[in-house]
Amino acid sequence: MFSNILIYFVVIPLAMLLGLALCRDIKQIRTVAVTGSVALTALSVWLLVEYLCLRHGGADAPMLFTGSWEWFTPLNIHLAVGVDGISIAMLILTGIILITGSFASWEIPQPKEFFLWLILLSTGVYGFFISVDLFTMFMFYEVALIPMYLLIGVWGSGNKNYSAMKLTLMLMGGSAFLMLGLIGIYYHSTPAGVPHTWNILEIAHYDAIPHGWQSFLFPMTFVGFGVLGAMFPFHTWSPDGHASAPTAVSMLHAGVLMKLGGYGCFRVAIYLMPQAAHELAWIFIILTGISVVYGAFSACVQNDLKYINAYSSVSHCGLVLFALLMLNTTAMTGAIMQMLSHGLMTALFFALIGMIYGRTHTRDIREMGGMMQILPYLSVCYVIAGMASLGLPGLSGFVAEMTIFVGSFEHTDLFHRIFVIVACSSIVTTAVYILRVVGKLLYGPVYDQHHLSLTDAKWWERLATATLIVCVAGIGCFPNFFEHLINFTFSPKIFAVLGLN
Amino acid sequence: MDYSQFFAMKQEIALLIAFLVVFLCDTFASPKAAKSVPVVGCLWMAAIVAFGFVTIPGYEESAFDGMYATSKVMYAIKNTLNIGAFIVLVQAMKWADSDFVSIRRGEFYELIMLTLFGMYLMISARHFLLFIIGLETASLPLCALVAFDKRRYESHEAAIKYVLTAVFSSAILLMGLSLVYGLTGTLYYAGIASAVGSNVGVMLAVGLAFVMAGFGYKISLVPFHLWTADVYQGAPTPVTSYLSVISKGSAAFAFLVVLTQVFATVYSSMWEWMLYALIVLTITVGNLFAMRQVNMKRFLAFSSISQAGYIMLAVMGDNPMGYSALMFYVLVYVFSNLAAFGVIGAIENATGKIEMTDYNGLYKTNPRLAVTMMLAMFSLAGIPPFAGFFSKFFVFTSALNGTDSTALYVLVLIALINTIISLYYYLLVVKAMFINDSDAPIATFRSACSERLGMWICVAGIILLGIFSPIYNYLLTIA
Repeated sequence: MFSNILIYFVVIPLAMLLGLALCRDIKQIRTVAVTGSVALTALSVWLLVEYLCLRHGGADAPMLFTGSWEWFTPLNIHLAVGVDGISIAMLILTGIILITGSFASWEIPQPKEFFLWLILLSTGVYGFFISVDLFTMFMFYEVALIPMYLLIGVWGSGNKNYSAMKLTLMLMGGSAFLMLGLIGIYYHSTPAGVPHTWNILEIAHYDAIPHGWQSFLFPMTFVGFGVLGAMFPFHTWSPDGHASAPTAVSMLHAGVLMKLGGYGCFRVAIYLMPQAAHELAWIFIILTGISVVYGAFSACVQNDLKYINAYSSVSHCGLVLFALLMLNTTAMTGAIMQMLSHGLMTALFFALIGMIYGRTHTRDIREMGGMMQILPYLSVCYVIAGMASLGLPGLSGFVAEMTIFVGSFEHTDLFHRIFVIVACSSIVTTAVYILRVVGKLLYGPVYDQHHLSLTDAKWWERLATATLIVCVAGIGCFPNFFEHLINFTFSPKIFAVLGLN
Repeated sequence: MDYSQFFAMKQEIALLIAFLVVFLCDTFASPKAAKSVPVVGCLWMAAIVAFGFVTIPGYEESAFDGMYATSKVMYAIKNTLNIGAFIVLVQAMKWADSDFVSIRRGEFYELIMLTLFGMYLMISARHFLLFIIGLETASLPLCALVAFDKRRYESHEAAIKYVLTAVFSSAILLMGLSLVYGLTGTLYYAGIASAVGSNVGVMLAVGLAFVMAGFGYKISLVPFHLWTADVYQGAPTPVTSYLSVISKGSAAFAFLVVLTQVFATVYSSMWEWMLYALIVLTITVGNLFAMRQVNMKRFLAFSSISQAGYIMLAVMGDNPMGYSALMFYVLVYVFSNLAAFGVIGAIENATGKIEMTDYNGLYKTNPRLAVTMMLAMFSLAGIPPFAGFFSKFFVFTSALNGTDSTALYVLVLIALINTIISLYYYLLVVKAMFINDSDAPIATFRSACSERLGMWICVAGIILLGIFSPIYNYLLTIA
């Protein structure tokens, strides 16, 4: 079991939990948090190198580094792991955001409990991305959800009790549908005479889910994961939750946790039930299309920095699901790029908002101004994040959105055309709300004279933001590398089944 | 008569011996030596637990012309109840030493063992006469236990309510059984099953409805649940925990046996739909009422009503997986609920506080108790990686095993949505302890050794039962 490299993505966080429980002062806690998350990131980078070597060596299995260990034998539940390019990209993303999140919560009160919950959350995230067994996948999914309640409830700000409860209940509500869907998939996973299985690869291999059941199970699983992907009309937890959460939690939640939704929609709903995905895509294209536009417009009228960014997340994550539903290589590659891009970009945003809020004690853009004179470093970072968000070439947002829209435009029928054009219009709206914030917050006269005494970023803050900016620019400048990494997954089976491509 | 058939009843006999030992100790011990009666009781109960694991038979045994039967499944459920009873007895030690209870502390231990004996008989009976004897043996000592706190008015009220309900439900059950007897001419489970065949008539339906109502009272399924909250609130906390876990678990299992062995042939034509309605009502109503409770014991009463609905969900699938899912659910429920009651009891013993608002800020003053309570709440709500998640998952999986019925999928969906409602009120407790501030929080105190031991056992169970898969695998292989 321990000869498989993937298992360490769960073992290291567990060891970190143990280490944190033994810590006595804040220095030790910081050491454990940073060492552990750096180790995780290093491990995922190493995994990436190994993976690429294997692929170049001609390995053509859908997933590599697979391993499977019996857990509940009579029910055929295994602890099954395996990764492809998409999972590896997500693992790296998680690592980077965990490191930067640790730096962003350098001076959090009650650090021990905070980091315990945060690491528990990331245990769930890592476990989710390496699992290929539906049961363990679902288990890790729920492990990632519940710490949010206390993280927001104890360390949050504003209307935190309401937000924490709303977020937890809505996400768990989604997982209720999901659980029914997964059990349904299990009982129809194999042809008659073969024992049922939870293993995604085997289910895809048998492709035995009857057509009628697919059209029941696909909506169940897609909505289940879609709630976490902030799909309209199940997105309302997102603005409240993100606005109340402490910085690192907003970063991790918007940056990584919302990606669990998109990843799950692809890996479970679409990958296992392609026929139903093909037939029912239109319903969800409408819903996610609404997410994209509605999120962007809502962001235009908000005055709270976190609300602006949360609605922007609704819009961008909607685009991820929107692109996945296009069911072709280009758009789906774009969707994964968008996940990476949005994860890094929104983490950067939330980190910066947290840093600004920590200094000014307000997030209302009407009560701030001229920050460029006072906090030049943070302001410049904010501008860069904004440019990435509205899709400036050279940064990650451009690459992702470009690929998505080009891919979506491959559909020639009127329905798709209309919705793609409507979704495209969100780019303009994005520019509106980004520039509105940049103009009000960073430029213009200084609103409050007390702000003149504020100091610019500390070293850990600089480190956190610089790391994220480098990554955002990295994707923007070298998109080919990432497309190559992701692309392999999208070539085989699934498209053959659909008769697309 | 062949006296060797008594050897089939190893567990019952062992329990009776333990009862007699405690009884004699209590009767003849000097007032000073009587202090150690709880210890004796706990040690013997521990011995019973161990004995139950050592003597598991390799095959099914029966005695008295098939009136009594035992098998690995019966041993598994009895062992579960033993463990639960052991934890209850350990957690009650501090309470048994308190002023008003101490002169009668022996009685508490004796009565608990006696009711447990009755439950054994309920589970192992294969003839309704023996079943009724077991049922009454289990019920009557429980009435005395509910009234144990003589000086408290609520305890009396609860006892009267419990006595009346117990009598009433027994009467209804007997009415149903007499109808069934009139139709089939026998009281043997197997005999009734073969006489009924696929013969579905009005009389049988009425009889079955009465039987289900009788069981409904015992397990407190809605609409037969009205006694539950008052009795749970009024009874002393150790008795409440015993009622909510052991009494309910044993009745649920006996219900499963009756349904699947006696009425197996009329599953789809009759009781599937009756049970369907009962489950939907139980889960939903229990949950909705639990949301508004402010007294922790009342809160757990309604929570336990809705948990009973989940337990019955395992019966719905009508397949062997249901047996194992039910046993596993009861096992996990024993640990989770007793952890919650352990914390409530410890706080009540130390400070007398029992309202949910008293728990505000508990984490700051008593972090360990708060964490134990949180684990119990998460496990009851079904949050991984704690045991409750696994037990709920297996119940749902078993309910859908081998069926494509839309109705069952809808039922599971209703149950799943209800887990979200239940999560809301379980999180309210977590919120009170971790998030809310309090002007007068419960002062830091050190709970008694016995209480801590009980809680440690429960916490270990909550964390390990699910992750450590051999337990469920074993239950599934014997079912």
